[in-house]
Amino acid sequence: MNHLPLIIKREYLNKVRNKSFIIMTFLSPLIMVGIFTLVAYLSQLNNDSVRIISVLDESGLFLNQFENTDQLKYNVLTNIDLSKAKEQSETDENYGLLFIPKTENIEELSEAITFYSEGSPSLPVMQNIENIIEDKVNTLKLKEAGIDAERIKELRIRINAKQETFQGQETSKLGSILKLGFGGVAGYLLFMFIIIYGNMIMRSVIEEKTSRIIEIIISSVKPIKLLLGKILGTSLAGITQFLAWVVLLGVFSVVITAIFGIDPSTAQTPQQEMLSQSIDGGTEEIVRNVLIEIANMPIINLVVMFLFFFIGGYLLYASLYAAIGAAVDSETDTQQFMLPILMPLILAIYVGFFTVIENPHGTVSQVFSFIPFTSPVVMLMRIPFGVPIWQQILSLVILFATFIGTVWFAAKIYRVGILMYGKKASYKEIFKWLKY
Amino acid sequence: MEKLLVANNVSKSFGDYTALNDVSIEVPKGSIFGLLGPNGAGKTTFIRIINQITMPDSGTVLLDGRPLEPNDIQHIGYLPEERGLYKSMKVGEQALYLAQLKGLTKQEAKQRLTYWFDRLEIGDWWNKKTQELSKGMAQKIQFVVTVLHRPKLLIFDEPFSGFDPINANLIKDEILKLRDDGATVIFSTHRMESVEEMCDHIALIHKSNKVLDGKLIDIKRAYRSNTFEVGLLTSEKELVNNEIHERFDVSSASFKSINDELQYKIKLSATASANDLVSYLTSKGQLNHFVEVIPSANDIFIETVNNN
Repeated sequence: MNHLPLIIKREYLNKVRNKSFIIMTFLSPLIMVGIFTLVAYLSQLNNDSVRIISVLDESGLFLNQFENTDQLKYNVLTNIDLSKAKEQSETDENYGLLFIPKTENIEELSEAITFYSEGSPSLPVMQNIENIIEDKVNTLKLKEAGIDAERIKELRIRINAKQETFQGQETSKLGSILKLGFGGVAGYLLFMFIIIYGNMIMRSVIEEKTSRIIEIIISSVKPIKLLLGKILGTSLAGITQFLAWVVLLGVFSVVITAIFGIDPSTAQTPQQEMLSQSIDGGTEEIVRNVLIEIANMPIINLVVMFLFFFIGGYLLYASLYAAIGAAVDSETDTQQFMLPILMPLILAIYVGFFTVIENPHGTVSQVFSFIPFTSPVVMLMRIPFGVPIWQQILSLVILFATFIGTVWFAAKIYRVGILMYGKKASYKEIFKWLKY
Repeated sequence: MEKLLVANNVSKSFGDYTALNDVSIEVPKGSIFGLLGPNGAGKTTFIRIINQITMPDSGTVLLDGRPLEPNDIQHIGYLPEERGLYKSMKVGEQALYLAQLKGLTKQEAKQRLTYWFDRLEIGDWWNKKTQELSKGMAQKIQFVVTVLHRPKLLIFDEPFSGFDPINANLIKDEILKLRDDGATVIFSTHRMESVEEMCDHIALIHKSNKVLDGKLIDIKRAYRSNTFEVGLLTSEKELVNNEIHERFDVSSASFKSINDELQYKIKLSATASANDLVSYLTSKGQLNHFVEVIPSANDIFIETVNNN
């Protein structure tokens, strides 16, 4: 008799029809898009106001240097002394007053320039102003020394070091960032998936215990089949939810962009800024580079290994979650058993994001990419940087061998635990169950 | 008589704790077999072994003469003592699922469920959520699911708990009918009046050992003590009373009567004849009441457990 499809179907439908599951499926992307939109909107709002800055240039050197921008407007004052100028810019509610005194030589100027404002001025504004002044002063100094500033600009050469592996494969900073991105996303995705849906499996086991249906089920189905059906059914529900999130995220972004005219993607994170700074060149060039880099990555290897490590890692942890569910009577009792599960996961993420980024093939990275409880995350993050295929396969073999071990372990606990009511499970108790 | 289920020397221990010690039981085909014992005696473990939920450490269990195998679950219907239903599923959906797990096809299951739901007058529950059901209502569903696949062996663990007297009677009649239709029933309960009423065979497990088994009527015969309940109407009460106390092993008895008579339980020696007692008593007065004291299942249970 083949019960497995029946169990998977029930578990899947039960999850998918669950009200909170449906609500979360729709709400999460909505909230995410909402937050991004809000951030984008707020930062736009922030930049919308035009700041007026008065300039009192007694030296007369910078009169034409200050060009108005979208956010900054310069108001050049003439024939007025400093105290009057301060008064005026204060009553006009100007953002600030830039005072450039008359000095004998240029060196003194750098010390004497003062910016008056209501409170502390914002960093970007000050940087902007300082850059302008510096540029001008430098030009002047060069001129003084008899050097043509324009000529220097022409002669400047940009260096963009080419990177290549010994095997002749081209690498680049952009490539590294992309690889990091892929590894990070893959590792983090697995981490989230394990936590969200592992918990779901655990709760569903506890539910069967508390509702006392387990003995009825178990008299028709082998526990191991129920366990497998549960893990597979819940995973399918999880994949459904993930796909729904991806689609809904897209739809909501489009809808919101259309309605409010705000593009959530304009909300730049510091990382993105760094990224765009580290790659000079036009957008076109970036796109081209990205495509080349993606083509350079071992795509097939990545995708295949992603699937294997994702499945293996997820199943490994899912079986442990199920064992915990079987060992306890209620969700509040799960705490003491959660730590040993979460620790290696968090460790994997830490190792991934700190050590692997620093040195993808260092000893620590290598070791953790073989330990089965951390290997799915760490190895997924290492693979884009090029890991010998034998290492990948060895790690996979260890992972799946351990998976068989944990399933055996989980099934043992499960078989005994699901029929234990009211007994507070301790590690000692569980160890005893293994011998039943 | 042909045996449906035979357990040979079944033992099971959990760590240091022995749950079953060398238990052998034979359940005749077509009988209602009472599996009795105090709490924690090992009944549930034994039942779980029959259901292949737990594997015995040693010993064999034969169903219809063959060792149990995984597919035999189709032939067994089990209503555990700790029972429940999925809270979030609809009644009909849930019943269908459980029936399919027992190997019925969806159509079969639906057809039979309709029959049973009509029979127990719960047809309008199909689309109800399980959490809206009362305990008794849920028990009915569980009962239906247990018997739906027409198993040849039915195992009920405390089937009447949670039922009101009317529904308990309804379920009792259904169980009797299932027996009449050819099913064999193993029945575990602490309610001795149900045992008295329904069981033809019993086995008593105490502290992991089987201490008693056989036909209920044979056991009663074995446990009878040649004791008679007597009501004697006489004018010389005191005199007769003293005399009887001298001659016999007497204990007090009380039964309802409209007369003011002497009431005793008189225990005869194993060889003494009841007829002699009757003729003695009639010589002393008018014998209104003379009944052999038959040990109840309750008495047997208590006596056996206390003696072990």
